[in-house]
Amino acid sequence: MSALQKTLEDAVIFDLSQEKLRDLNAALQGLEEKTNRTEWSVLNPRGAHAIAVGVTAPVAITIDGHAGYYCAGMNDGAAITIRGNAGTGVAENMMSGSVHVKGDASQSAGATAHGGLLIIDGNAAARCGISMKGVNIVVKGNAGHMSAFMAQSGNLVICGDAGEALGDSLYEARLFVKGTVKSLGADCEVKEMTAEDKEILGSLLKQAGCTEKPEDFTRYGSARTLYHFHVDNAGAY
Amino acid sequence: MCGIAGLFLKNARLEPELGRLLSGMLGVLTDRGPDSAGFAIYGQGAPGHRKLTLRAKGGFAYQALAAGLGVACVEHDDHAVISFPTAREAEVRAALAKHPEITIVAAGERMELFKGTGLPADVAKRFGLASMSGSHAIGHTRMATESAITTEGAHPFSTGADQCLVHNGSLSNHNDVRRTLMREGIEFATQNDTEVAAGFLSYQLREGKKLDEALHNALDKLDGFYTFVVGTENGFGVLRDPVACKPAVMAETDDYVAFGSEYRALADLPGIESAKLFEPEPGQVYFWERAA
Repeated sequence: MSALQKTLEDAVIFDLSQEKLRDLNAALQGLEEKTNRTEWSVLNPRGAHAIAVGVTAPVAITIDGHAGYYCAGMNDGAAITIRGNAGTGVAENMMSGSVHVKGDASQSAGATAHGGLLIIDGNAAARCGISMKGVNIVVKGNAGHMSAFMAQSGNLVICGDAGEALGDSLYEARLFVKGTVKSLGADCEVKEMTAEDKEILGSLLKQAGCTEKPEDFTRYGSARTLYHFHVDNAGAY
Repeated sequence: MCGIAGLFLKNARLEPELGRLLSGMLGVLTDRGPDSAGFAIYGQGAPGHRKLTLRAKGGFAYQALAAGLGVACVEHDDHAVISFPTAREAEVRAALAKHPEITIVAAGERMELFKGTGLPADVAKRFGLASMSGSHAIGHTRMATESAITTEGAHPFSTGADQCLVHNGSLSNHNDVRRTLMREGIEFATQNDTEVAAGFLSYQLREGKKLDEALHNALDKLDGFYTFVVGTENGFGVLRDPVACKPAVMAETDDYVAFGSEYRALADLPGIESAKLFEPEPGQVYFWERAA
């Protein structure tokens, strides 16, 4: 059997204009790790919420159109592509795998995600990477205000511009922005780009298919002044 | 939560479809607001004529009232639209004031406004939205938070001729702003926060501000979470609060500009596959106006 035949045989086409979203998610969540049904195509998403959430098998899923809220949420190992825009909270709480949004992503993309790679070809709205806990996010366009708010770990790469209050109340995540930053949030500051940073950034740009050069980016991180309660601030509470 | 739908046509050929398209959009937004719904539609107006949308308890004898007043009358469930030469407005309003069972919901040359409690699809059906035509319309599906589930609390709100507003969110300083506006002579019928936003815009317009200026001023004076969609006789505007708490998706083609709380509400519009889709930026005023 040729590789092509195998792909065709194992591909599953799921048309959401004919079949129920719950059945799609049940089928995806029920996949064994070594399943041969490794290629999934979801047609007519029409902005439905919670498409392909909680997938734990290393399969490839293509969503052919615009997705609603929380698409690919809790992804753990699947490679999910959205051929359109994604609504609020795409790839929220992703553990591993990848999510690739071909269009724009709405607010809170990659929220609280622990791992994996989220690529957004267009723009990300407000709060991209809010409370991120280890995920890598590459936004090829701009990211909205309060991106990486309370980010704890991982890397956020923005090839365009960042909105207001980037990295507000940041713990430990690396933020890389090529364009302008409207303003930095509390406790976020410019950091020196180390050799390690450059290597991480270069690798992420390569994985995302970007041609940008790491040296054109500025690295931001936590000034670590909000880590502990400071008695001088007592009057503020 | 709440859902908002708005449709502003650039291509007059779509005008007979306006009600049907908006009706579909509101139905999809039931998930965001199942307790009540309403819409304002800008249809044909006759120059020099006034339209009043009235509401009364079901079974009210609108036709008898209209015959007595000598005005044209079209009934839509418990609402009715009466029209008459603008010069008669004071006289007609004085006559209506003798009927405390009647509420004047809206006034204008073109705007008609309908709202009620129940599922959005049922509300749209009761008023016959699907067969209405016009140049633009905005609608709302409500999940009540700041005030009770009543017809009065449903959106849109109108406090000026051909002006209306729908709102997703909640305002935190509405009592303060209401008191200020009442001193300026703006009247309020409810304790609802959205009515205050509508009153604020009406006040600004009354003071000679353009709609986009009025929306800019709203950014300064109104505190809270909001996505507003406003309608005027020839225009349609959108404003999100600077934090952008509430969702908004817009679609623009050569034929229309459409607003939806979510993309789902836009999915059935003609030519949506090739529309320019975008989320309105927070704190930025968007406005479309028909050439006179």
